[in-house]
Amino acid sequence: MTIVRLIATTALSLCLAGAVAAEDTSIIVQSTTSTANSGLYDYLLPIYSGESGITVKVVAVGTGQAIKNAENCDGDLLLVHAKASEEKFVEAGFGTKRTDLMYNDFVIVGPENDPAGVAGSSDAKAALTKIAETGALFASRGDDSGTHKKEVALWKAAGVDPSSASGDWYRETGSGMGATLNAGIGMGAYVLTDRATWISFQNKQDYKIEVEGDETLFNQYGVIPVNPEKCPSVKIDAAQNFADWLLSSEGQEAIAAYKVDGQQLFFPNAPKE
Amino acid sequence: MQSIGEAFRLAFTLVVTGEADLYEIVALSLQVSLSATLLACLVGLPIGALVAVSRFRGRGLVLVVMNALMGLPPVVVGLLVYLYLSRSGPLGFLGLLYTPGAMILAQTILIVPIVAALSRQVLEDLHAEYAEQFRSLCLSRWQSVTTLLWDGRYALLTVGLAGFGRAVAEVGAVIIVGGNIDHATRVMTTAIALETSKGDLPLALALGIVLLVLALGVNAGVQSLRMSAARHAMVGASHV
Amino acid sequence: MSDLQMTDVVPLVPRARTGVGHVAPLLPLEVSGLRLDVGGAALLDGVDLTLAPGGCTVIMGPNGAGKSILLKLLHGLLAPSSGSVSWNALPATQATARQALVFQKPVLLRRSVAANMDFVLKARGADRGRRDALLEDVGLAHKARQPARLLSGGEAQRLALARALATDPEVLFLDEPTASLDPASVLVIERIVGEACARGTRIVFVTHDIGQARRIADEVVFLHRGRVAEHSRATDFFPEPRSQAARDYLAGKIIV
Repeated sequence: MTIVRLIATTALSLCLAGAVAAEDTSIIVQSTTSTANSGLYDYLLPIYSGESGITVKVVAVGTGQAIKNAENCDGDLLLVHAKASEEKFVEAGFGTKRTDLMYNDFVIVGPENDPAGVAGSSDAKAALTKIAETGALFASRGDDSGTHKKEVALWKAAGVDPSSASGDWYRETGSGMGATLNAGIGMGAYVLTDRATWISFQNKQDYKIEVEGDETLFNQYGVIPVNPEKCPSVKIDAAQNFADWLLSSEGQEAIAAYKVDGQQLFFPNAPKE
Repeated sequence: MQSIGEAFRLAFTLVVTGEADLYEIVALSLQVSLSATLLACLVGLPIGALVAVSRFRGRGLVLVVMNALMGLPPVVVGLLVYLYLSRSGPLGFLGLLYTPGAMILAQTILIVPIVAALSRQVLEDLHAEYAEQFRSLCLSRWQSVTTLLWDGRYALLTVGLAGFGRAVAEVGAVIIVGGNIDHATRVMTTAIALETSKGDLPLALALGIVLLVLALGVNAGVQSLRMSAARHAMVGASHV
Repeated sequence: MSDLQMTDVVPLVPRARTGVGHVAPLLPLEVSGLRLDVGGAALLDGVDLTLAPGGCTVIMGPNGAGKSILLKLLHGLLAPSSGSVSWNALPATQATARQALVFQKPVLLRRSVAANMDFVLKARGADRGRRDALLEDVGLAHKARQPARLLSGGEAQRLALARALATDPEVLFLDEPTASLDPASVLVIERIVGEACARGTRIVFVTHDIGQARRIADEVVFLHRGRVAEHSRATDFFPEPRSQAARDYLAGKIIV
């Protein structure tokens, strides 16, 4: 008879799981991975939830997938870093309004021995051209994420079509930033990554930043509440509340205050009211 | 390779210091995978038993399909469940996506074929022994099925454990339908995936060791239950 | 297995006693032209047989004569390739439900001795109160709580017999139930079968043991090479078998 009781409990817990989910004190943020993997949310959310009483649940996936999930109404707020895609998202009516939230920058990391000889460069285009010419390994996300979109744009600007070398020196991992870093480091390839993920990444081995400081490497994050007209299930009040807090001077200061190893990862740049 | 030694030390520290976050993740892993196993047995065992005692046209095909479904890729199951539970999907109104309920559902779907196919094999062997006696007693199909399920209970425990093992170890399905949300849907495997993507390989490995110990614990628990039940039956102290 | 057409599981039929009320008795049994082919070989070929109500029929014959096959055909566990088995012209499924068969190798459930009894009593909708008396009768009352699978060969067969009798069958088939059992169990089984016979249960008993056949048989059916070589009263058969095959068998000339 214990089996019967166990079954009943399971069924009940399933129902409860649904019921709890229906409660209105939590929102889901569809987010890029860098903000999650770098620990930013772990720092911000306790502060915000303590004040507002709203629980923020973060689903961290690539920017491309985060946008798709939000288009399926599976989130209340979008926090990603691919401005063109974000604007398209809003234009299509899926988001109410896109606002700049913060920025950092992309860097190209590579092994100590620097086979393409790009160390110390601040010219991303020139560095990529060199990598292509020398045929040094380059590991790409290849997953339609914000970082991947930026990388594709950089190759285009450099006048190189790396896809013809796919599987040769150009290696598309088709996975997240961390997985791509692990793979790239494993095979000795150069990798384009956002600085926040890199600083908090713990499997650096002999890797270091080779290219940084080019203004084309600028990485802007934006925040967009999902439009309740498209998605009636959206908890727009709570989502707007969280967005407003992130953009407020208090939220912006909190973002600036988050540091790993003494280094600031994200630089708030929300428009002043 | 030094990270392996570090991982063992870390795993030990994690368990001993009893970090609340770890226990939360462990508890959710157990809740999700045990619930999924139970539900999968509820669905899969009768299917396995029915196929075991039945002879019908196309049975061979059914067996091939059942066995093939044991290899269902978790990611595919995750995607299918996501498409159904998504707010824009047919079951979106349930609000189950990104909850433990969605994870239980995905894992249940993943392991029902395992439970059904393995129990079919176990019960068919048992049925070969019982079939003539059953026919002599003029048992109905339902009576045959329930008798086989009860008499095969110890072998079926192993079937359940195989299902549980698959459920608790998979990451592809739960990370899609659960979202790996901290304090909500983060389980051992998605936590391991997260730490790996953060490059914290020792911590990822340590969590893996904890997961292994967890699986070991569940298996040992079931085994001791089984042995004590068997001993009980030998001594015959009370009702069986 | 493909040629062995197993009959389907039949629905439970309410118990009925011979000659009680309007329920027709199972006997007489009429078997005609019974044939069973398996893999191109005829295991039984042209068996004609009539069994009258009452008494104990022993089926004898060398190995491979088709004794067990015949028993299963009579009980309805196997369907014949041709020919017919008619229990007083009743539907075959109804006949099976009013009979019981004790197999050469007892098939016991993985449960306690008592639970094995309860299972059959419940399946047949019989009175569960009879369990303890039946176990007492076969000398297993003290082992009621033990797992049935741990019984010795003799104990297991006694349990199988008690279980068969629990269904209160009108016909009881036994397929070499005492082969390789201890002498004490053999005697218990013979006594209980004899008592059942005396109460009016029709007994059909397959055995290799000539001594046993002499002790329990009212009549003998002697099978040889898939046919009935001889069917006669025990008092006639043992002193003076009519067929050559039976004479050779009783003389120990046909061993197998």
